[in-house]
Amino acid sequence: MTFPIADLVLQSRFFLGTAGYPSPAVLQQAIAASGAEVVTVGLKRQLAHGSPPGDFYAQIRASGARLLPNTAGCRTAAEAVVLAQMARELFDTHWIKLEVVGDEYTLQPDPFELVQAASTLVREGFEVFPYCTDDLVTCQRLLDAGCRILMPWGAPIGSGQGLLNPYALRQLRARLPDVPLIVDAGIGSPRDAVQALELGMDAVLLNSAVAQAHDPVQMARAFRLGIEAGRLAWEAGIMARQDMAVATTPVTGRPFVL
Amino acid sequence: MNRIHITVNGQALELPAPATLADCIGASGLAPDAVGTAVNAQFVPRARRAEHALQDGDAVFTFAPITGG
Repeated sequence: MTFPIADLVLQSRFFLGTAGYPSPAVLQQAIAASGAEVVTVGLKRQLAHGSPPGDFYAQIRASGARLLPNTAGCRTAAEAVVLAQMARELFDTHWIKLEVVGDEYTLQPDPFELVQAASTLVREGFEVFPYCTDDLVTCQRLLDAGCRILMPWGAPIGSGQGLLNPYALRQLRARLPDVPLIVDAGIGSPRDAVQALELGMDAVLLNSAVAQAHDPVQMARAFRLGIEAGRLAWEAGIMARQDMAVATTPVTGRPFVL
Repeated sequence: MNRIHITVNGQALELPAPATLADCIGASGLAPDAVGTAVNAQFVPRARRAEHALQDGDAVFTFAPITGG
């Protein structure tokens, strides 16, 4: 199940977030169980009197996964650009998951700041993975700004509600056939990931659905299977839905009535 | 003026003048490779910290890797 993305070819369509696990050990086991080759990480401004930075960076590099830093916490393009520049240096990658939030409750992106930040970062040589809503026009503006990849949401971050607007995701797939689409945010259980892949989405990024499960390692395994199943189904060509029943067994009408 | 007054992550810090961003990171006890630095909301690359002169009132912020979704 190869997945060409951003000048690489991955074997997994499962991107996994690293936040909120019960322990670093469980995080490592979940990454291994997921088969994910890309994991997201973040940056935090240090507290004036906080403890010295831990060795999270060393731990996460030990997982062997490719790192995708995010710009979580940013509300403006200016903030996001500076965080991305720091992330590039700290994590030694030009990949950036661009998050520029416009509302505290829904954590949905501010589309204007998002497009502006994307434009700047593309010019500065970043590979931008923009976290966006499912708005087709905003997505097109991100592509116009030079993004090669889109990450439309399924539902608000951490809400676990699944795909709230499958119609919109289908529209993105139909209108942007050659753009890698990675559903990011709101996935709750494997059926949501299966649904996303069956719609033709190229991959999913999820965090809470695994980290907040009772058994994150088992859940990572479940998602891995679901994502593979969803992709296989999409490639196999799913039958058409119809309202009417269509009999399958090829009998000749009723058995005893000619 | 032989001392400058800056803030580091919101906390006041006094340094002997002249002081560079590298001096500031050294004074704060942070491992230079473990943090990213910004002065007045502008990124300053690690390689340029030693030549980045700090001025009175500068706001220095340091960032470190964390888990994230």
